Amino acid sequence: MNNVELQKTANEVRKGIITAVHSAKSGHPGGSLSAADIFTYLYFEEMNVDSKNPEKADRDRFVLSKGHVAPGLYATLALKGFFPVEDLETLRHVGSYLQGHPDKKHIPGVDMSSGSLGQGISAAVGMALSAKLSGDEYRTYTLLGDGEIQEGQVWEAAMFAGARKLDNLVVIVDNNGLQIDGAIEDVCSPYPIDKKFEAFHFNVINVDAHNFDELRAAFKAARECKGMPTAIIAKSIKGKGVSFMENQASWHGSAPNDEQFKQAMEELEKVGATLCQK
Amino acid sequence: MSEVKKIATRESYGNALAEYGAQYPELIVLDADLAAATKTGIFKKAFPERHIDCGIAECNMVGIAAGLAATGKIPFVSSFAMFAAGRAFEQIRNSVGYPKLNVKIGATHAGISVGEDGATHQCNEDIALMRTIPGMVVINPADDVEAKAAVKAAIEHVGPVYIRFGRLAVPVINDVPDYKFELGKGVTLREGKDLTIVATGLCVSESLEAAKMLEKDGIDAKVINIHTIKPLDEELIVAAAKETGKVFTVEEHSVIGGLGSAVCDCLSEKAPTKVVKIGVNDVYGESGPAVELVKKYGLDAEGIYKKIKENL
Repeated sequence: MNNVELQKTANEVRKGIITAVHSAKSGHPGGSLSAADIFTYLYFEEMNVDSKNPEKADRDRFVLSKGHVAPGLYATLALKGFFPVEDLETLRHVGSYLQGHPDKKHIPGVDMSSGSLGQGISAAVGMALSAKLSGDEYRTYTLLGDGEIQEGQVWEAAMFAGARKLDNLVVIVDNNGLQIDGAIEDVCSPYPIDKKFEAFHFNVINVDAHNFDELRAAFKAARECKGMPTAIIAKSIKGKGVSFMENQASWHGSAPNDEQFKQAMEELEKVGATLCQK
Repeated sequence: MSEVKKIATRESYGNALAEYGAQYPELIVLDADLAAATKTGIFKKAFPERHIDCGIAECNMVGIAAGLAATGKIPFVSSFAMFAAGRAFEQIRNSVGYPKLNVKIGATHAGISVGEDGATHQCNEDIALMRTIPGMVVINPADDVEAKAAVKAAIEHVGPVYIRFGRLAVPVINDVPDYKFELGKGVTLREGKDLTIVATGLCVSESLEAAKMLEKDGIDAKVINIHTIKPLDEELIVAAAKETGKVFTVEEHSVIGGLGSAVCDCLSEKAPTKVVKIGVNDVYGESGPAVELVKKYGLDAEGIYKKIKENL
């Protein structure tokens, strides 16, 4: 996909996020929107996956360590064809397979259940280790929140991945700067994030999370890097794409009402229309 | 007792892993800097490339095991019960139990028989914690033969399994030609009509000795070995309760949440019976030689015998 196609797809992902969270009357739009471009790049450009054969053995693996942004992952998987886009409206409803946090048992395309912060990265490290042990070619990707890296387990996992030189692993940190209680540096600063991963023997790349040229270059560099895992620190805007949600910690975990939903969708429709003219 | 062969079940664990390593190439053993103590070092010697030392980071180790299981391996996570079931409880619940991954947890140094290390390392809560996790199989083998059989059963069972091993050498009581291990099936080791002793782990051999002491007093005790605490062999326990009336549970574990509680959960609903729970009475352990502690906490044959006599 070229950048315009990726932007169009990411815009559809954002519409899916807003639709799902509005329908659920709960969920996490802020961090889903900040990661929408990352999700899009991974599933439509980077990863070897097949929506018609979600369990194929040689597929690349993805673990959503920041599991609360499930709406972003689900919207991406739906657009990729893993399940019907209409099902996004069942998010968080009783009986729906689209659980509030990723459930690998019931959702096509979800490689690992997650949601309890700090745990997904360990599972991703296990998948990367597994490939090394049996000589498999697949790569493993995991997306973390910048607040999530306050969890000690993240650094246990990073230490192991660095020590074991797992160059088939890419850790992406969605650095939107906000967590539930406020700015990450005010709550308990994890900065400098890049220096920390460097200290754990990672190949570290800083990017703008909303710039597909930079994402493309970073994932290419990750593939080419041998002997160490890669950490992509992606500077993002929480709530990106919906004006009143941008850079607001309050939109971490609350759903838009009907009026806000309408406004958000109108904004995204407008962006979509503009992109179609390109 | 001195001529009876004694082996610690942690030793059986290491030996069994090494024994089955060739037959099951997907078997991967993880440890957290305790390979010498958990005895996974025995496996490491035979299959060094399939032994992964995660360093002192049990939560991450459980997560790595989840990732290995999600990609087709059969990982055995190894640490002391305190740090496996205790520290990594939530990782086991959310990263192993919830996705129903094929992870086996080999937890050694369970209970007060850890000995000299004392209370911080004596986990009397692991059975309680593990049996609350939906789909988790919980096994507490009584001796070397049963421990090895449990490892094999765990490999063959698809889904999460917790196996509890001990540090203290315990008598080998199942070294019989027709021994058969069946997941979820209790074993009646001794018939009796006056009361039933339901025991698990190292308390099984002590309970058999206690039954002999009771016999001298003219009391005929049935002894059941429950190696699988979850799923519990309810049929066997209900039948024994109906047959003998009184039930005593014996375990090297807190009386809260372990075998005793599992038996009470079952009987209160299916065959209301008086149950006396013999175990660690809601206290921490302490330092001391394991055998002395087992005696002090009333879990040796004499302690079990006395507690039963008091409650008849």
